[in-house]
Amino acid sequence: METEQLIASLGQGLSPVKPLRPPQWRALLWLAPVGALVLLVVLRYADLAAMARRVAQPRLALECVGALLTGIVAVVSAFYLSLPDRSDRWRFAPLPPLALWLACSGLGCLQNGLGLGPAGHRLGESTGCFRFILAVSVPTALLLFAVLRRARPLLPLRVALCGALGVAALAAFVLQFFHPFDVTLIDLAMHALAVVLVVGIAGLFRRVTLSPAA
Amino acid sequence: MAPGTQAQLQEAAWAGLMRAAQAGDGPCYEQLLRAIVPFIRSLARRYSRGPAATEDVVQDVLLCVHRTRHTWDPARPFCPWLAAIAARRGIDRIRRDSRIARHELNDEAAYETFAAPATNNDTGALRAAEQIAPLLAALPVRQRQALEATKLRGLSLAEAAAESGQSVAALKVNVHRAVKSLRRLLGTDG
Repeated sequence: METEQLIASLGQGLSPVKPLRPPQWRALLWLAPVGALVLLVVLRYADLAAMARRVAQPRLALECVGALLTGIVAVVSAFYLSLPDRSDRWRFAPLPPLALWLACSGLGCLQNGLGLGPAGHRLGESTGCFRFILAVSVPTALLLFAVLRRARPLLPLRVALCGALGVAALAAFVLQFFHPFDVTLIDLAMHALAVVLVVGIAGLFRRVTLSPAA
Repeated sequence: MAPGTQAQLQEAAWAGLMRAAQAGDGPCYEQLLRAIVPFIRSLARRYSRGPAATEDVVQDVLLCVHRTRHTWDPARPFCPWLAAIAARRGIDRIRRDSRIARHELNDEAAYETFAAPATNNDTGALRAAEQIAPLLAALPVRQRQALEATKLRGLSLAEAAAESGQSVAALKVNVHRAVKSLRRLLGTDG
């Protein structure tokens, strides 16, 4: 087909479109209801007294802050990366809070592992944590991708990875409220595995979930 | 006019047309697409070899602009948005070309063909036909007619019977005898 023919066919029966809101607003509009839902669930079901005792320790407080910030920043980054004319450096934005989260978790598990001897390597509740992260992340990721796909991202892999990291980190943050014990080495490995699995699945199915323009 | 001012005017004109296009104005959209083609082509040349490949990238970018026209924020400049799409599609083109080059060989002779259709046919079949023609002539008339009608021209037994004036049973016998005779003549009998 000649370019001129293509232009004529694109112009015929052109339908009006509503420009997307700025990415920060779209991210806020997605995060606010999800945050409200999480707040309701936590207030209703979590052991807040145990959580208050845990976050009194600076390392655990920082671990929670790291997970929460990773989630929020990665979701916001995914909205920015879904647009063609926004900086692709947004893909690095979740890395500092991710580093904080991993460092605090790793430090905790190291202390536990060394302090508790063989008990530090127990399997414990880690399969439950794994299922929790997956069960929360997958539907949340689908909700997020349903909104992100409106942008028909040209770089779906980056968007999928950032979005999935965001929901997996948020799931791990919520897990803290239902995880009234310190993480062991195996717990940490299971958390990491669940997050990597969510990110990997999202990366594999990016063309289905994000409907890229090309 | 200073180049900076000209670029600003172009940006303002394209942004105005794009706003109209987002509102569903077809003629404005076509005008915009025609106006941006030289700009896209100049970018596409960096990512493609030859005019045909460049035009492919240009069309690819136009389709992409069409599919993602709702992602342009009217509060932001239009040209960087367009240039980002063109660069992205250009890079994708380079990746696709190098992927194809890694796995496929371009053998121009494989596509070679000739004006006369017979020369493009399987030469084995042609040789067999040449070999069998004098043998057909050596067959008795009724056997040759039966064989030609049913095996070469693909008529049904009823059609061949009506054409030759033979009964269907006689036709079958004559086809059988003709095949047997040909086998004997070719030396493939038994």
